[in-house]
Parts: sequence; structure tokens; C-alpha cells
Amino acid sequence: MKILVCISNVPDTTSKINFTEGDTKFDTNGVQFVINPNDEFGLTRAMWFKEKQGAIVHVASVGGSTAEPTIRKALAIGADEAIRVNAEPTDGHFVAQQLAAVVKNGGYDLIIAGRESIDYNGGMVPGILATLLDMNFVNMCIDIEVDGNNVQASREIDGGKEKIKTTLPLVIGGQKGLVQESDLRIPNMRGIMMARKKTLNVVEPIEATVATSDIKFDKPAPKGAVKLVDANNVEELVQLLHNEAKVI
Amino acid sequence: MSVLVYTESDSGKFKKNAFEVASYANAVAKLLGTTATAISINANENESLGQYGISKILNVSSDQLKTFNAKAYTKAITQAAKQEGAKVIIVSSSSDTKFLAPIVAAKLEAGYVSNVVTAPESANPFTVKRTVFSNKGYAHTQIHTDNKVIGLSNNSFGLVENKTSVSIEDFSPELNDSDFSTKSIEVDKVVGKTSIADADIVVSGGRGLKGPENWGMIEELADILGAATACSKPVSDMGWRPHSEHVGQTGKPVASNLYIAIGISGAIQHLAGVSASKTKVVINTDPEAPFFKAADYGIVGDAFEVVPKLIEKLKEFKAQNA
Ligand SMILES: Cc1cc2nc3c(=O)[nH]c(=O)nc-3n(C[C@H](O)[C@H](O)[C@H](O)COP(=O)(O)OP(=O)(O)OC[C@H]3O[C@@H](n4cnc5c(N)ncnc54)[C@H](O)[C@@H]3O)c2cc1C
Ligand SMILES: Nc1ncnc2c1ncn2[C@@H]1O[C@H](COP(=O)(O)O)[C@@H](O)[C@H]1O
Repeated sequence: MKILVCISNVPDTTSKINFTEGDTKFDTNGVQFVINPNDEFGLTRAMWFKEKQGAIVHVASVGGSTAEPTIRKALAIGADEAIRVNAEPTDGHFVAQQLAAVVKNGGYDLIIAGRESIDYNGGMVPGILATLLDMNFVNMCIDIEVDGNNVQASREIDGGKEKIKTTLPLVIGGQKGLVQESDLRIPNMRGIMMARKKTLNVVEPIEATVATSDIKFDKPAPKGAVKLVDANNVEELVQLLHNEAKVI
Repeated sequence: MSVLVYTESDSGKFKKNAFEVASYANAVAKLLGTTATAISINANENESLGQYGISKILNVSSDQLKTFNAKAYTKAITQAAKQEGAKVIIVSSSSDTKFLAPIVAAKLEAGYVSNVVTAPESANPFTVKRTVFSNKGYAHTQIHTDNKVIGLSNNSFGLVENKTSVSIEDFSPELNDSDFSTKSIEVDKVVGKTSIADADIVVSGGRGLKGPENWGMIEELADILGAATACSKPVSDMGWRPHSEHVGQTGKPVASNLYIAIGISGAIQHLAGVSASKTKVVINTDPEAPFFKAADYGIVGDAFEVVPKLIEKLKEFKAQNA
């Protein structure tokens, strides 16, 4: 089985978000970039397939050279090879078209992407990718087993989960649950050394359509001060929620 | 040309978000000088959509579509869009619609924008406002394509009544076997309990509750309020609560009217996923807990004393207002 894990290079979850150039761009100043958490779960699951079922695991990311440290980290965790499509990931439609070209060239059976990137929260790349490639698709995937061409997967639904049967070739939008939190791996020295020698192919983007563009950003208005209610006067909270907030 | 909205139902009953996306579709239709058409799948009481400005309903009744199937549902929606000449397709932000929306977009070569929070800011260029960076920012996004798919954030537009007379037409999408190449084999869903996505009120517990055995009072508080229960990430990582209750940046997003955080410190990753809630209440022993900076109301106190009192006061309140 040949697996492609799609890696989105995103600001660390603790990042403060600011915008620049007249609020038209995300300000990357002082921001630490990491593997998108949903992709980290997917990559770790891919490592399981590599170790238990002899899968070959490649990673791909659409991004400029600044994405390379994140890609190297994926190699250090254990991916065999990496592909970087040398283009700014302008929107999910653009990224999906680039990844579709990568998949066609590489002949992958299973494409593991994340439910969403935690930067622009598009939640669209895996679905568009699957459709462009005419592959099966499971979104919000929290479990996947592969036996030959047969796949049993689970996905999260509102209020529970659903078991799904399908076949390869398949694209998933993965998330926590694919592996446990404690299974996530911090690259060790040996992994980091080996990652330096692994192939990182840089390919130029194909021509693609741009469907959407962000023209301006802003931030939510700062919050007013919290209204404190005395612990011995809980009744007041009930009244405030009823009369002032009007939520009960 | 019209605006097409997919109005979701569960066991025949429209979800609350169906009325919200219907209200939204009506607003978009007005802006574009057209009318709003809904497609409903195996829903009863289609007329109720007329309350929210829908003038035409394509009613799909199909045994094949009894359980959700993203590909097959997509086919129904795209065929309806073609029949109606609809260029703008509107869906909610449920797990199911987040599954199908990108497929619909790819099939229709439409630009898709998710997590939209307001009516379009302009029709030409078509510009919408959406949340980005897990609610830490907003983007104003233009869609350049002819066809457009909009995913509306839960609880962002609200219900807007607009009584309209509706015509209901039966609609039978053409489906074939290949549309069912992913098959649902088992649905494991809590019955008789509101899910986090559908809830108006969410009661959430963190590590401050010390152990799973103490969730009884959280459940009881949620019961009184008709709320869903949720938890912070460590609570689900330790197995005190199921993963499906984990909310935050890497868990489920919460956009309820009221979010009550009990024994939760308010780490940035937690707040990012719950800040879209309209009113936030925090109960925490530590007055320095970051959640107090993000909340509307707070009680500095021990959850094991405050929550039982709150339950008691709410019971009295319910009795008086019943
Ligand atoms: C990549 C990444 C992603 C993450 N994503 C998420 C996410 O999606 N969601 C999430 O929740 N977290 C997430 N986290 C974890 C986050 O950083 C915090 O560790 C977590 O939210 C803390 O959970 P908590 O508030 O329950 O626990 P703690 O931080 O331990 O806080 C417990 C709180 O309870 C209070 N307390 C103690 N006893 C009582 C009492 N008797 N009564 C009342 N209050 C009491 C304490 O004062 C304290 O404030 C993520 C972290 C990382 C690194
Ligand atoms: N620039 C990118 N390069 C590679 N994969 C990406 C990129 N952007 C998004 N993805 C993949 O698509 C998933 C969903 O992203 P999005 O649709 O942007 O929310 C991510 O979790 C990644 O797996």
C-alpha cells in the first residue's frame, strides 16, 4: 500500500493572531509553524500502517520553502519521502488541484489529509481532492483499518459515530481518534539525522483556478470585563442569565 | 435562477439549523433579487420552511437515502441545483454537511466558503465574512466562480421569520450503485440527548472536576437546562469522557447561545474552539484562571459547592417559570 499524507504547515496552537499590510495578510512575525494537528494524527496512523502492514508513506505539502522545516519534521517522524509543491497555498481549491496532480504522478492507494487546517479552517481540501480524483472519501475519520482493498472506517457524526465500509483508493479527512494522543511521536535524534538524507522533491505547481480570495482580515472586538457573581449568591447568576443575557 | 438551500432533517424532523439556513437563503435570495428553493431529503412537515422565506421545496423521498451518504446526497443536491439553475448553494455546518459541501463544490466547479457568519457583504463581487484561525480572526472572502457554495456557521445568523407561501414538488434524483461505494454499516448515536452541534446550551467540565465519578452533577445541570455535555481535551484524553465530547481547537467547535465552563482553566486552544458561543459562564476556584478574561459571567468558587447550588436555584427558577 502506498500512502500519501497531506501536510498543512500552520501556526502553533498557542500563536497570537495578527494581520499586516493593511489587514490583508496574516502576520507571520514571531509565529512558530507546526504540522497541522489533524495531519499529525494522520501521519501517526500512517506510521502504524508502515510498521504493521509494510506501507510506503510519502508526505506532500503545498507551500513555499518556509514550509520545509515542517516537512522535515514529518520525515523525522518516519515518512519515507516528501514532496513540496512550490506555491503559496492561496485557497483550498488551489491546494486540492495541486495535490491531485501529486497523487496522479505518485499512484497512491490511500490519501490521508486532515478534517481541517487550523489556520484558515477551510475543511475542504480532502473532499475536493477526492472528487477531482474520483476516489472514495470519508470525512472526520476517527478510525481506519485496511485489509487488501477493503476498508473499514469510522467517522464522527453529531452526537455519535458511524462505521463505514468502503474500498481503496480512498481519501480521508482525519482527526483525533485515528490514534491516541499518547501515540503521537516527538522526533528523536536518529529520526532527525535520517530525515536529512531522505528525498524532498520540490515540484512546480500546475496551472490551477483560483476560486476564492481573502481580501481583508479583522479580529473580534475585545471582550468586556467579566461580571463576577459571589459564590454565595448563585441566584444572581440565574437572574442575569434570564434577564440580561436572555439565554435561559 | 434561484438560491438553493439544503435543509437537513433527522428521522424526518427538520433540524434547528434547517430553519437557520432557510432564513439565510432567503436573505441571500433577496440580495440577488431572486427566490429561495429548499431541497429536503425524507423530511416531514416541509411547509414549515415557509415560515422562514422558502417559496419552493424539492421534496426527496427515497429509501436509498434513509441513512446519510455524502456522495448520493451530493448527487441529489447538484441535480437539484442544475434543474433550478441555482448558482448559490447554502448548507449548514453539521458533520454531514461539512462532509458533503466540498464534494458539491467540486462537482459544480463552485468556490466554497465555510464557517460563514453573516449575510453576504456584497453581491458583486460576491463577498462573505467567515471565521478563520479558530475564531481568533475573520476573513472577508470573495468568491470568483459562477457557482458558489456557502457553509453557514451554526447559530450565527439566527432564525428570521418571513412567512411565504410554499409550493412543494417531488424530486427524484438519479442515483446509481457507484454512488454507494462508501456504505454506512452502523450508526452509534446517543438518543434522547442533544448533540454539541445542535445544542443551544453546552455544559462543559474540565480537569478541575477531579475524576469521571464527579460528572453526575454536570449531567444533572445539563438535564435541567436541556443542554449538551462537553469537556476539555485532557478530560477526554484521560478517558473520563468520550472523545466526541472534547471541544476546542482540535475538538468539536461550540457555537451555542450559552457555554458553561466548570473547572476549565481556559487555555488558548480551548477558548479558540468555544469563543463563538454568545454567552460564556465560568466557574473556577482560581480567580487568575484565563477563562475569566474570556467569559461574560463568572463565579470564583469550588465547583463542588457552586454547581449543586446552581442546580437547586435553576430548579426553583424552572418551577416559577413553568
Ligand atoms: C496542540 C494542542 C491542541 C489542544 N487542543 C485543545 C482543545 O481542542 N481543547 C482543549 O480543551 N484543550 C486543548 N489543548 C490543551 C490545553 O492546552 C489545556 O491543556 C487544556 O485545555 C486544559 O484543560 P483543563 O482546563 O480541563 O485543565 P487544567 O488546565 O488543569 O485546568 C483545571 C482548572 O480547574 C480549576 N479547578 C480545580 N479545582 C476546581 C474546583 N474544585 N472547582 C472549580 N474549579 C477548579 C483550576 O483552577 C484550573 O483552572 C490542546 C493543547 C495542544 C498542545
Ligand atoms: N498547503 C497544503 N499542503 C498540503 N496539504 C494541505 C494543505 N492545505 C491543506 N491541506 C490538507 O487538507 C486538510 C484540510 O485543510 P483545509 O481544507 O485547508 O482546512 C489539511 O489537514 C491537510 O491534510
